[in-house]
Amino acid sequence: MLNPKLFFPKQVVEAGGNRWDWALLPLILALLVLLAYGAQQMARPYQVGDTIPLSLDPINLPYYLLRTTLRMFIALAASLVFSCVFAALAVKYKTAEKVLVPLLDILQSIPILGFLSITVTGFIALFPGNLFGVELAAIFAIFTSQAWNMAFSAYQGFRTVPAELMEASRVFQLSSWQRFWRLELPYAIPGLVWNMMMSMSGGWFFVVASEAISVSNQNIKLPGIGSYIALAIEARDLHAIGMAIGVMLIGIMLYDQLFFRPLVAWADKFRFEEAGHEKMPESWLLNWLHRTQRTQAMAHSLIRMLERSFSRFRLQYDGTSVRARPQAQSAAAQRIWDAVIAAAVFYAVWTLVHFIHSEVGWSEVGRVFVLGLYTMARVVVLIFIAALIWIPIGIWIGMNPRYAERIQAVAQFLAAFPANLMFPVAVMAIVRFHLNPDIWLSPLMILGTQWYLLFNVIAGATTIPTELHFAAQNFGLTGWLKWRRYLLPAIFPSFVTGAITASGGSWNASIVSEYVSWGSTTLKAHGLGSYIAEMTSHGDFPRIALGIGVMCVFVMGFNHFIWRRLYRMAENRLHF
Amino acid sequence: MTTPIIELKAVDKSFRSADGTARAVLDKVDFTLREGEIVALLGQSGSGKSTLLRIMAGLIGVDGGEVNYRGLPLYGPARGISMVFQSFALFPWLTVQKNVEIGLEAQGMEAAERARRALAAIELIGLSGFEGALPRELSGGMRQRVGIARALVMEPEVLLMDEAFSALDVLTGERLRDDILSLWTSKAIPTKAILVVSHNIEDAVMMADRVLVFGSNPGRVRDELHIPLPLPRDVESQRVRSYIDTVYGLMTAKTTRAERAASKEAKLQVGDRLPNAGVSHLEAVLELLMEEPYSGKADLPLLAEDTEFSDQELLDIAAALALLGFASLEYGDITVTPLGSRYFNAEAAERKALFGAQVLEHVPLVAYIRRGLEQDPSGDLHENLFLRLLHFTLDEAEAERVLRIAIEWGRYGDLFEYNFNTGVLQLPQSP
Repeated sequence: MLNPKLFFPKQVVEAGGNRWDWALLPLILALLVLLAYGAQQMARPYQVGDTIPLSLDPINLPYYLLRTTLRMFIALAASLVFSCVFAALAVKYKTAEKVLVPLLDILQSIPILGFLSITVTGFIALFPGNLFGVELAAIFAIFTSQAWNMAFSAYQGFRTVPAELMEASRVFQLSSWQRFWRLELPYAIPGLVWNMMMSMSGGWFFVVASEAISVSNQNIKLPGIGSYIALAIEARDLHAIGMAIGVMLIGIMLYDQLFFRPLVAWADKFRFEEAGHEKMPESWLLNWLHRTQRTQAMAHSLIRMLERSFSRFRLQYDGTSVRARPQAQSAAAQRIWDAVIAAAVFYAVWTLVHFIHSEVGWSEVGRVFVLGLYTMARVVVLIFIAALIWIPIGIWIGMNPRYAERIQAVAQFLAAFPANLMFPVAVMAIVRFHLNPDIWLSPLMILGTQWYLLFNVIAGATTIPTELHFAAQNFGLTGWLKWRRYLLPAIFPSFVTGAITASGGSWNASIVSEYVSWGSTTLKAHGLGSYIAEMTSHGDFPRIALGIGVMCVFVMGFNHFIWRRLYRMAENRLHF
Repeated sequence: MTTPIIELKAVDKSFRSADGTARAVLDKVDFTLREGEIVALLGQSGSGKSTLLRIMAGLIGVDGGEVNYRGLPLYGPARGISMVFQSFALFPWLTVQKNVEIGLEAQGMEAAERARRALAAIELIGLSGFEGALPRELSGGMRQRVGIARALVMEPEVLLMDEAFSALDVLTGERLRDDILSLWTSKAIPTKAILVVSHNIEDAVMMADRVLVFGSNPGRVRDELHIPLPLPRDVESQRVRSYIDTVYGLMTAKTTRAERAASKEAKLQVGDRLPNAGVSHLEAVLELLMEEPYSGKADLPLLAEDTEFSDQELLDIAAALALLGFASLEYGDITVTPLGSRYFNAEAAERKALFGAQVLEHVPLVAYIRRGLEQDPSGDLHENLFLRLLHFTLDEAEAERVLRIAIEWGRYGDLFEYNFNTGVLQLPQSP
C-alpha cells in the first residue's frame, strides 16, 4: 500500500486536520471574506451632507443584512467587554461600586434613542471625512440597547460567587487577574450568555432608529436593513417591507444557528448548580467544532496564551509579607469620597434645575410630567392586559412539557422579531377605520416586550413540583380557588421577573410606538414617548433632554416603588 | 516535635450584624499549632471554631491579639497553609487535573511540571483515571478527594480541614479519614501539622493528638484533651470508646467547673442560643429513651449510633430535653426525669400543656414573647421585633434559627400562634 507520507510535501502531510476541519474550511473562509468586506465598507470616505446611495431593490438586501449584523455584533462585543470591565471594577473597588451601580441604574432607564440624538455629533467629529464616525454612532446606539442588562448580569454574577469558592481562590493565592478568568467570569457566563441573547433581540427593535440617523436636520441613512425599512416606509412600499422581514428572519436564524446555539451549548459547562438537569442544550456546530483537529488546536493555543498570562500577572507575595498587611480603611477618606459624590450629585441637580429654568421653563416640565402619566397609564394597562392573556396560556404550555419546548423556541423567535415592522400595518388600519390613535397606537408598545412575560410564566409553570400538581388535583381544587391558591402563587415570582423586563421595554418602546409614520402620514398619541420622538425630529436638544430626564424618573420610580417591592415579596414568601 | 508553627495570642474577633451592633465571636483565644500534631476543634455551631480556622488560613483578619506563622505576623493566606473545604469548593468548569493544578498555576509554575505534580497528587489520593473528569461527574467522596489532592499538591506545611467529611455519608467520610491518616503516618506527605474542625466526635478522637472543645458566646477554648494513643486507632477498642465518652461528657457539661463556681447559676438569657431541636425530634428521642433497652437512661455515643442523628443534632436534642426538664445530662449520659416519664405517658392534650408550661418556665425568649403579646393591646406582634432583639447577641442566620425554634416550641405548647405569611405572632384564640 502506498504511504502518502512519501508522496506529498512535508507541509501537506503534517498539516494535520481531519475531514471535519476540511468541511469547516468553507464556512470559516466565507465568514472571513464577509467580515473583511463589511469592515472595508464601513470605513469609506464620507462628508456630512453626502447622500449614501440606497435602493429598495431586494438584490441589495443580503448586503444590507451583512452590514446590520456586523454592526450588531460589534456592539455586542463592545457590550461584553464593557460588562466585564464594569463588573470587575464594581466588585473589586468599594469606592467605584458606590458610583457605578447607581450610574448603571440611571443609564439603563434612559431611552436608547436619547443617546443617539445626543452623541452622534461627537462621533462624527471624531472621524472627520470618514463614514466610520457615523457607523460608530449607530454602533453606539445599538450598544446602549444591549450593554446595561449584560453589565448588570455580570455584576450580579461576580457578586454572588459562592463564598467557599472565593475563599479557595484566596487560599490558593490567585491574583485578581487569575481569579477573573478562573472563577468570576466562568461563574457569570451562563447569565451573561442568556442576557446576550436578550440584548440581541432588543437590538433589532432599534435597528431602524439607529441606522437612519437624523442630526441637526440632516438625514443620514447608513446602508443596512434598518435604513432599508425606513426608506420603504417613506416610499409606502409594502412589498419591500415584506422582503426586509423575510431577509431579517433568515439573518436571525443564521446567527442563532451559527452563533448562539453553539454558545449556549458551550456555556452549559459553566452551570454551577450540580443538581440533575433535564437535558443538555445541543448544537450541531459545536459538535462539529469539537470533532475538528486543527480548529480545536487553534482554540487551545488561544487558551494557552491566556494561561501564560497567568504566570505574568501572579501574586508576588503571600500573607506573611508586610505588603499583605491590611491597609486600614481610613474613615476620613471614606467620608471625603462620600462628600465628593454628594457634591457631584448636588451640582448635577443644580445644573439641571438651572437648565430647565432658563431653557424650557417650569410649565413645560409640568406638561411633560402629565405626558409621562399618560404613557404610564398605557404601560400599566398594557401589562395588565398582556398578563390576562399570557398567564393562562403560559401556564398551560408550561404544564404540558410536550409542547413547552417547541413553543418556547417559536416564542424566542417571535421575541427577536422587531415589532416595529408591524407599525405600518397599524397605521394603515387606524387611518382606514378612523380610530383614535391615543388608544390604538398603544398596543404597539407591548408588541415586542410581551414575550418576556410569556417566557417567564412558562418557565415558572414548568418548575411547579409535580407533587403540588397532584395534591391540587387530589383536593379537587377547581375554578377561581385553583387559580388563587395554587397556580397564581406558583408562578408569581417568575411573572414579576418577566413584568419588570416587559415594563422597562415598553417605556423604551413608547418613543417608537407613540409617534409612527407611514409615508407622509404621521400618527401621534399623547405621551412622553411621542414628545421625545417629536423633539428629536425637530432637533430641540433642551426638550429632548427634558423628556429623557422625565422618563428616567418615571422608570426608576416604577422600578423602585413597585417592581422591587413585588420582587422582594415574591422572593420571601412565594417560592418552593 | 514541639516547634510552634502557628501561634494565636489573645485573639479577639467580632462581627458586625446588620443593625451595626458588634457581636464577639472569639474572646481572648490562645492557641498554638505545633509540628507533628493533629488537632481537632469541636464545639457547637456558632461557637467560632470555623472563624478560628479561617483566621489561621489568613482569610479573616483579627480585631485584637496576634497571629504568627513561623514567628512572623500573618496578614493573609500564606503559601505554606492549605485548606480543604466543607462543600469541596471545586471549580465546576475545570477538570479534576486543572482543579488540582490551580494553586500551582497561580504560582506561575511551568505547565509540564504542574501536570507532573498534579498527576502524582491525584495518584496519591486514589483518583487515577479521573484526571479529565469534571467535578459534576464525580460522587461527593471523590469530589472531596479532589479537594484534598488540590490542597496536598501545594506541599503545605499546615493542612486545615473545615468540616471536610460532614457533607459525605458516614462510610465515605470514614474511608477518607483513614486514607488521610495513613498518608500522615507513612510520611507520604510533607505536611507537618493538621487542624481539623469537626462536629463529629468520633472523627476527632480517631484523628487528633489534641481535642479542643469550644464554648460559645463568645467563643473560647473551654476544655482541652490530650489523646496519647498511637495511630492508627481502632474504633472498637476500649480506650478509644472511653475517650469518645469523655469528649461527649465535655460537650454536654454546661460549663467548666471553674466557670460554674464563678457564676452561681448559668441561667439562660432571652438573647441566648437555643438548642437546634424540633418538637418531633424531641419526642422521638424521649420515646426511644423510655423503651427497651434504655428504659430511661442511655449513653450518648450509643444513642448516637442507634438513632443515626449526627453528634451535633443529638447533642442539641439532649440539651433541649435537659433545658425543658424532661431529662438530665451528666458526663455523656442522658437520664429521663420523672417529669419526662410523665410526659411520655400523657395524652396529646396533656403533653401540649406540660410542654407549654416547661417552655414558659425555662425558655426566657418564649416567656418574653408571651409576655409581650399579653401586654400588647392588640395581642399581636411582628416577629421582626424579636429578631431585632436577637441580633444583639447572635448573628443573622443564628438569630433567625433561634426564633424559629422558639416559635415552634411556643406554638406546640399553645402559648401563641404564628402566621407564616405575615410574620405576625398572636395569642391563641380561645376556642
